[in-house]
Amino acid sequence: MKLTELITELNLSVRSAKAHLDREVTGGYASDLLSDVLAHGEEGNLWITLQIHQNIVGVASMKDLAGIILVNNREPEAEALEKAEKEKLPIMVTEMPTFELVGRLYSLGIVGTK
Amino acid sequence: MTPDNKISRIQELVYEIRVGEVMQKDVITISPQTNMSDLRGILREKRISGAPVLDGEDMVGIISIEDFIKWLADREHDCPVSEKMSKDVQTLYADEPLTQAVNKFERFGFGRFAVIDRQNHQLLGIITKGDIVEGLLKKLEVDHYKEEDEVYRRRVEHFFEDILADKVTLLFQYDVAGHDFKRAGEGASRLKASLKRLGLDPQVVRRVAIATYEAEMNLVIYTDGGKIRARVEPHGIFVKVADSGPGIPDVQKVLQPGYSTAPEWVRNLGFGAGMGLNNIFKCASKMNLKSVVGKGTRLYIRIDTKDGAMSETN
Repeated sequence: MKLTELITELNLSVRSAKAHLDREVTGGYASDLLSDVLAHGEEGNLWITLQIHQNIVGVASMKDLAGIILVNNREPEAEALEKAEKEKLPIMVTEMPTFELVGRLYSLGIVGTK
Repeated sequence: MTPDNKISRIQELVYEIRVGEVMQKDVITISPQTNMSDLRGILREKRISGAPVLDGEDMVGIISIEDFIKWLADREHDCPVSEKMSKDVQTLYADEPLTQAVNKFERFGFGRFAVIDRQNHQLLGIITKGDIVEGLLKKLEVDHYKEEDEVYRRRVEHFFEDILADKVTLLFQYDVAGHDFKRAGEGASRLKASLKRLGLDPQVVRRVAIATYEAEMNLVIYTDGGKIRARVEPHGIFVKVADSGPGIPDVQKVLQPGYSTAPEWVRNLGFGAGMGLNNIFKCASKMNLKSVVGKGTRLYIRIDTKDGAMSETN
């Protein structure tokens, strides 16, 4: 499924890299530990987290992730947004908590990588 | 690119791109018996401005939001869509170039055309002016990135051609400031971009990048700073990460997954989970950690090019 379709389906608000939403999403990973994502996330995955500082952008681009979804209405810090624009990495926000969001993603066919 | 050749690129593209490439493939169709009063709900729910009307397999017309507005304005009674749709169905073939579509939009003034297969005349999709604009913009953007990559690739190729030696080694060095979380990860990210430009296998690049990122984070969290040196050779990449203190008292212990001495505030940022060295170990073909308390730590990571095909995740 394309990122654009997920954004529409789940009513996500896009905060960065609005011109780079055409990517195919290969799966998802939910974690708030950066090393955990570095270890287990896979190329093209969506990352669901509540971390909002700029290091999430670094981690996502190391792993070539498709994008980051911030849960619980959390907004990315200004430096994170700036970096995300530069790295062409979409950051999206939702009012849903992680559990809810992952459930919705799963029912749309976005599953874990294992 | 100057504005002039940008325009000519668009002119080229309208001949190059086929209608089938930009059309919407998931076509919402409407049956001729649908009531006009139900049309608004369908258009709104599906977020479309019009749809082909299908009687079984046959396309008998196209109904659009314009038809709906006209019906509303005329204050007529409810009736089936078949009475208000436009029956003059103009179609495009999926294999026609966009320029045909542009011409037809101009000639007929319609908002959308059904796209059919040239052989069996089956409905394949629907195309609006918006789809054409979007298709062109996407292609232009792709061209733009291709150009950028091409420039880098050529630059690197020439660079190697110009060097005469039996062995060529590239050395990249990045200075990492301690405790600076704002710049943390910059070294690894710059190294990654550089290796990519050298045309190395993406999987190899990712392994190097992740191992380096974790090592850089350790410098940021635990030391006053240090240096990352990456040596690129044809058969592998050697990363050396060095700092001058405080050093690790028990090297065996820090290699255990989950063991961490990170302070609470660092953990709250999502770092210090005790997984860093473990991640490096998993990415590396070989890894060696040496540390002297009070003197500093040296971490050697080797990633063989032949290990590239292996995934970096366990």
